[in-house]
Amino acid sequence: MSEKSAADAAEQSGGAATFDEMHAADGRVRRPYARYAEWFDANDPAMLQRKAREAEDLFRLTGITFNVYGAADGNERIIPFDLVPRILAAREWAYLSRGIEQRVRALNAFIYDIYHRQEILRAGRLPEDLIAHNDAFVPKMIGFTPPGGVYTHIVGTDIVRTGENEFYVLEDNARTPSGVSYMIENRETMLQMFPELFAIHRVRPVTSYPAALRRSLAACAPPAAGQSPTIAVLTPGIFNSAYFEHAFLADQMGVELVEGSDLRVENGRIAMRTTLGYKPVDVIYRRVDDDFIDPLNMNPASALGVPGLMDIYRAGGVTLANAPGTGIADDKAIYSYMPDIVEFYTGEKPILENVRTWRCSEPDALAYVVEHLEELVVKEVHGSGGYGMLVGPAANKREIAAFRAKLLARPDAYIAQPTLALSTVPIFTRAGLAPRHVDLRPFVLLSPHGVEITPGGLTRVAMRKGSLVVNSSQGGGTKDTWVLEG
Amino acid sequence: MLGRTAGGLFWMFRYLERSENIARLVEAGLRMGLTRADAQAEWSSVLSTAAAMTAFGERHTEPTQAAVTEFLLRDMSYPSSVLASIENARNNARSVRTALTREVWEAVNDCWLTLKRMLAAPLPTSELPRVLDVIRQKSALVRGALHGTMLRNENFNFARAGTYIERGDSTARILDVKYYVLLPSASMVGSSIDNAQWETILRSTSSQRAFRWLHAGEQVRPPTIVQFMTLDSRAPRSLRFCLGKLVSNLGYLEKEYNVRRPCTEQARALLAEFDALSVDEIFSVGLHEFLQDFIARNSTLAAQIEEDYRFNR
Repeated sequence: MSEKSAADAAEQSGGAATFDEMHAADGRVRRPYARYAEWFDANDPAMLQRKAREAEDLFRLTGITFNVYGAADGNERIIPFDLVPRILAAREWAYLSRGIEQRVRALNAFIYDIYHRQEILRAGRLPEDLIAHNDAFVPKMIGFTPPGGVYTHIVGTDIVRTGENEFYVLEDNARTPSGVSYMIENRETMLQMFPELFAIHRVRPVTSYPAALRRSLAACAPPAAGQSPTIAVLTPGIFNSAYFEHAFLADQMGVELVEGSDLRVENGRIAMRTTLGYKPVDVIYRRVDDDFIDPLNMNPASALGVPGLMDIYRAGGVTLANAPGTGIADDKAIYSYMPDIVEFYTGEKPILENVRTWRCSEPDALAYVVEHLEELVVKEVHGSGGYGMLVGPAANKREIAAFRAKLLARPDAYIAQPTLALSTVPIFTRAGLAPRHVDLRPFVLLSPHGVEITPGGLTRVAMRKGSLVVNSSQGGGTKDTWVLEG
Repeated sequence: MLGRTAGGLFWMFRYLERSENIARLVEAGLRMGLTRADAQAEWSSVLSTAAAMTAFGERHTEPTQAAVTEFLLRDMSYPSSVLASIENARNNARSVRTALTREVWEAVNDCWLTLKRMLAAPLPTSELPRVLDVIRQKSALVRGALHGTMLRNENFNFARAGTYIERGDSTARILDVKYYVLLPSASMVGSSIDNAQWETILRSTSSQRAFRWLHAGEQVRPPTIVQFMTLDSRAPRSLRFCLGKLVSNLGYLEKEYNVRRPCTEQARALLAEFDALSVDEIFSVGLHEFLQDFIARNSTLAAQIEEDYRFNR
């Protein structure tokens, strides 16, 4: 979308209704930002300008980059980093983390059920079609229970805010959520640039994430593992868009970063080729999609996986995190049933709300969506990363007409949601502070020991005025996210 | 350690060494080309030294300074050009990032970022010396970071082994291209060889000063240079020096892993032969034959290291 139309979208979606997390409508600074605002006002903008440039140089030098698919030069870019933190009060975080925990437990229970007795389908709470015809459903998982009963070891729940106490879950990323390295590096950068800020705020730390991840993965070791399980991170390689993160996590956990070609099946185990021959691996944190992990059992054309991996997995020789087939739970069509899913498995009312969602597979919904395209956001059921979506208010007539044709050709491939007035947090621009739309991705670890949520998460911010698209592949940036001690 | 990681370290430092060697060759060529009548002959011999004659011929016709420097410094379709080597080194570094200290990674990343920028467009002659300087400085920074921050463990030793395999190969090639001027043929016995020619050899190995320290005031004779570049255990680019370091790097790995590996045996055997050799014997075998034999065995040794420590399979 062009800068111009993005700005128009803001006018329409935002305006007076937009909730700014730092400033109330009357210009008063909200409580969590009180000290920050004082500090900011006392500082020279030129100094902040210089620090912002330093931060960028630092990111480039240390190689905190991501690759953009389809970019002509195939080059690495850095994600713009904004130096104004996003600050959440202890009370707000307590509420969010309760809601996230409930949701993640429900997701895991749902996946277990789908691959076992399918009680939720028997109870008629979810249409069978949604599972039976879902590409993310992995038949090989039927009847198999992964070690510890954990499917979703790592979840990144996308949350948006529209008001003081209005939080919505936008997406449950239950496959291989990325961005956690930015959460940690952003904090490191802030600590380096503005140590004095941390003297006047009590910010809950995020640096223990890699250790927690390691613990959590080790707790899900397969029956074949010994006393101290060997863990590895499986990456598609240096050309993957999130390669930096894969290397970062392996490094921080102190485990090997392996590629498919480093692994093979040996004596009923998955083994990695070391300088001294093959050594068994117990837990694989794989950042390779389901379809590519095993050319024998999944996509035969994959060069990224390990032939026979699924067989060893099912025989208890190795743990895969996340489990294959978890994609069934973060499908956007399934998403629309999440409130029912949460209730069904926890017996509680959902704490966090879902965004209202029209399933275009349903004739009434489709009719409504087709009529209201210019005010809705329409997404592919299986899409991610902001590709292939329509932001109605930001699109022109031609784009809307083209999208309408696509939608009518394959209605069940799409869902629609209202264009939410995402909250804003100021970013630092040459002209001073300026509000920009944000979302939040907290990172959640699930193991037999329980649910662990790192306080904060990754705040993504649309760097362009009025834009609602926060994805890094579409020019979005990030902010350090602070959860204050209560 | 993963076999692929060991291979990544080995090749990262081979490529770094290669980029430095190519830059040094260009530097020597530039110097000779400027001071000699037949500049094109000099650039031809730079190409042979880099084993790049065929590849060059596929892309250019005349070995002019502009064509050769463009080709050796910037041509991404030629895998051993400085820019391609640096990019290969950096890609290897990325893939073994967890095996490098932050300082080493940042140094190689910075080297790549800087040279990518500097070599983005064809270089005018006036810019060449500065760019060649930067290449030298940036690779020195990587080496310095390696020495200053890396644990002396397997990682370090694979990195060094890659360096010395590449360096030995490079020195042998430099000598081999000029071997005809180093032959103590009848007409040249007792006479000083063509000054400019031996200067090229010393220049392309950054050895002028070291050589002068050892042989100040002497009349330069071919056997002295050959002795210095092949058998002297103090000259950091001599074949003997590279072999000695390789034996110690490989020996370290055997000790660390508590294993015996054929590559170490091969390296030790080669070193023992060198230690028993005199420069006269080299000439009686034939300098060219001797160098060709070394290049072949050095490359067999590299393949053996790859196999012994499971770089690829």
